[in-house]
Amino acid sequence: MATPRLFVKGTVLGYKRTRTIQRPSSTLLQLEGVNVKEDTGFYLGKRVCYVYKVGRESRCIWGRITRAHGNSGVVRARFQHNLPPQSFGATVRVHLFPSSI
Amino acid sequence: MKKAENEKIIMDVRNAAPERIPKPLVSYKANKKGTVLKKNLVPGSIVILLAGRYAGSRAVFLKQLDSGLLLVTGPHKVNGVPLRRVNQRYVIGTSTTIDVSKVDLSNISEEWFKHSETVLPALAETQKTLDATLLAEIKKVDSMKAYMKAKFSLKKGDRPHDMVF
Repeated sequence: MATPRLFVKGTVLGYKRTRTIQRPSSTLLQLEGVNVKEDTGFYLGKRVCYVYKVGRESRCIWGRITRAHGNSGVVRARFQHNLPPQSFGATVRVHLFPSSI
Repeated sequence: MKKAENEKIIMDVRNAAPERIPKPLVSYKANKKGTVLKKNLVPGSIVILLAGRYAGSRAVFLKQLDSGLLLVTGPHKVNGVPLRRVNQRYVIGTSTTIDVSKVDLSNISEEWFKHSETVLPALAETQKTLDATLLAEIKKVDSMKAYMKAKFSLKKGDRPHDMVF
């Protein structure tokens, strides 16, 4: 087996926002396989990593999942630095740590 | 709790006689109880390492050290995970266990793990004897060795929130 995958893939949906105003300190994430608010409890507090490339180098912005967002499994996360808008639609890695099981 | 204790100390000091003896305030920082082990972790539990060089590997949880970190080993002979310290939050505890009652951990000191540059001969020696004991226990259970060798990985369609470990 190649390097094991120990993270859940998520998509960056955009910033927390109302219709006309965005709040970039919080981003919304859609996690794969999580479609219902009841399933989000497991992921709260889990560390998230947005990986991007600069030239040949890979860099990442770390964050944590803070709370659920709505009823359909979307989740809010706060990062050490706000995610850049080019991350919208990009994949984010939701790790399984800190683990409470 | 601590705020009430500190208020009491302040009032005692204020109301005491001129020859008052100052008492130190209760520190909010000190965690005197130590790290509480996760409920499902028991010496002998197989754990999945979630991060670091051995991420995905399964290891045997031997004991909780004084610093609160867990002492784990592959065993090294089986899957290459050496005697190592790991934080319990970076580990998933599975319900599978191995009997570690015959394992001797008395000469293991936390100092060994603080300098990862050189492997101490004592550590290498202990690793060898430990591996032998654990391997004997692993061989008693069907497929346990193959299980310990295999790495945990998420595949397409896997939902960790639904999994039972």
